[in-house]
Amino acid sequence: MSYQVDEKGYYGDFGGAYIPEMLYPNVEELRRQYLDIMKEESFQKEFKELLRDYVGRPTPLYYAERFSKKYGTKVYLKREDLCHTGAHKINNTVGQILMAKRLGKNRIIAETGAGQHGVATATVCALMGIECIVYMGEIDIDRQAPNVARMKMLGATVIPAKSGSRTLKDATNEAIRDWINNPVDTHYIIGSVVGPHPYPDMVARFQAVISEEIKVQLKEKENRENPDYVVACVGGGSNAAGAYYHYLDTPEVGIIAVEAAGKGIDSGKSAATSVLGKEGIIHGSKTLLMQSEDGQITEPYSISAGLDYPGVGPMHANLFRSGRGEFISITDEAAMKAGLQLAKLEGIIPAIESSHALAIFEDRKFKEDDIVVVNLSGRGDKDLSTYIDYFQL
Amino acid sequence: MNRIKNTLSQDKKLLSIYFTAGYPEPEDTVSIIKDLEKNGVDFIEIGLPFSDPLADGPTIQESSGVALKNGMTTKKLFQQLDGIREEVEIPLIIMGYFNPILQFGVEEFCKRCAAVGIDGLIIPDLPVEEYNEKYRVIFEKYGLSNIFLITPQTSEERIRFIDSVSEGFIYMVSTASVTGSTKGFTQETRDYFRRISEMKLRNPQIVGFGISDEETYGQATEFAKGAIIGSAFIKHLNSSGKQDISGFVKRIRPV
Ligand SMILES: Cc1ncc(COP(=O)(O)O)c(C=O)c1O
Repeated sequence: MSYQVDEKGYYGDFGGAYIPEMLYPNVEELRRQYLDIMKEESFQKEFKELLRDYVGRPTPLYYAERFSKKYGTKVYLKREDLCHTGAHKINNTVGQILMAKRLGKNRIIAETGAGQHGVATATVCALMGIECIVYMGEIDIDRQAPNVARMKMLGATVIPAKSGSRTLKDATNEAIRDWINNPVDTHYIIGSVVGPHPYPDMVARFQAVISEEIKVQLKEKENRENPDYVVACVGGGSNAAGAYYHYLDTPEVGIIAVEAAGKGIDSGKSAATSVLGKEGIIHGSKTLLMQSEDGQITEPYSISAGLDYPGVGPMHANLFRSGRGEFISITDEAAMKAGLQLAKLEGIIPAIESSHALAIFEDRKFKEDDIVVVNLSGRGDKDLSTYIDYFQL
Repeated sequence: MNRIKNTLSQDKKLLSIYFTAGYPEPEDTVSIIKDLEKNGVDFIEIGLPFSDPLADGPTIQESSGVALKNGMTTKKLFQQLDGIREEVEIPLIIMGYFNPILQFGVEEFCKRCAAVGIDGLIIPDLPVEEYNEKYRVIFEKYGLSNIFLITPQTSEERIRFIDSVSEGFIYMVSTASVTGSTKGFTQETRDYFRRISEMKLRNPQIVGFGISDEETYGQATEFAKGAIIGSAFIKHLNSSGKQDISGFVKRIRPV
């Protein structure tokens, strides 16, 4: 059994394309073509060149010595925080903008929560000279003003999502509605491994460069391709999917997924989807999601806007259900402390999303000679005001 | 007895109205259904409110939000509809997104539908392939018609496939848009209505999305068997309340 997607677009019980007929032509066009396009030599060449020259790949695999010493194990950080625009999100947007061009689309839409994916999308649209519209929940627009300004500087139009709870899930709804209204010329750049098939697989493939590099880099440093564990935070699950990708079917590599517990699993203010979610349909995918008994999607909470999503990608739902992945939830408090600690120990200020992955070492113990790779998905610049407020800096 | 087929076999153009269950007031569901029937509406779509209605514009989104705040649930809808067949004869169709149905349990949902006298379902985010593979036997067991959508972008091959799976009618989405557009129909849209009618499908077509007045109703039913009005009726409820339902229906289809 493989943990990759099957030919019908499912990961075990999860995935598929539960979309209204209005979206069928667009999603079907993408489904039929994405693998062929990605295989084209010219596509691969352009994708790799942009990742190298524009994004700044390969990102380093850094042995965090003082951090390792503190926790009595060997910890490597995969430095996605050093990507252009400050997070892994741009690996996917570079891939998708090249895909959109080959599909002949001249208008790009995207959703964003914290604004990281919005910025990464606006960036590649500026690079290619393509019109860019980003939907963002009205509440997030207020919370993430610097990223809104960045998107505007990059020439994107930011449209507030005023429906529902006015956060990421509603921004995603609005982007999908836009796609329904503009079925011919528009490509929707989804920001994580969510949405209808083939999005979860396509986004995972674009992010797979993360584990592709880890293999090569670990071989150089440790003379082995496989770490004992790969750890990543999971919002929708794209940085995690990229970090796990080439290890999914290698059982000797442990997969650890870190979700946001918010103020605590039972506090009613949490985003730990694997624990609190039930099987259902969100944004065109059958997966685990937080919902009421009546099947209404509920609003998650996390101090980190990037983990504040009520669902999780179908790949991760399957990793959870099958037991292939170990799922850990981390509270706001533990994550914030871990972020501050990394700054002090290693001189790296992580995104609060990534801080969740760093926080597991307090309780989850590893062996002294274990090699643990943590995907440091983003840098903390965007979170400075949250860090300042939290620690009264 | 199949109420949908009977209604479709009538020698006239049909008018269907969509409204959101539990809107504007939680207990309005049954009285609105009765009023619509009394005023000559041919069949009704009862909207099952959902927190994230992807295919809907602002009007239906808002009515869903209000209905949910009013405490509307799937369970409550079935309680309200219990006994409706003692009073209402026209076909009743539930239109809802798949997640609440999945949580209720697809089989249990179908069973309850059959028990209260629902004739069919429209589930916009349940694609025909998934339906065929996993759910068709259940729907058929309980005698429910599942209605599928087609759009101006749907290929001829796919329309024929959908026609072959459909029992009842085909829901023809007028233009590429979410519900609630009031832009009127272009010549291109009317050509699409004609093109589909010339395909001579097994199932009659009923047009929905973007029908808001007598003119758009007339254009939609020039070639199709009937048309469905949703957002315009919700707006009417919002501005005039439940008093003047007869006036609303007469303005769409004067006698
Ligand atoms: C730095 C960072 N890490 C993680 C995430 C979570 O997304 P995903 O789970 O798709 O990697 C985000 C989302 O905005 C992010 O900005």
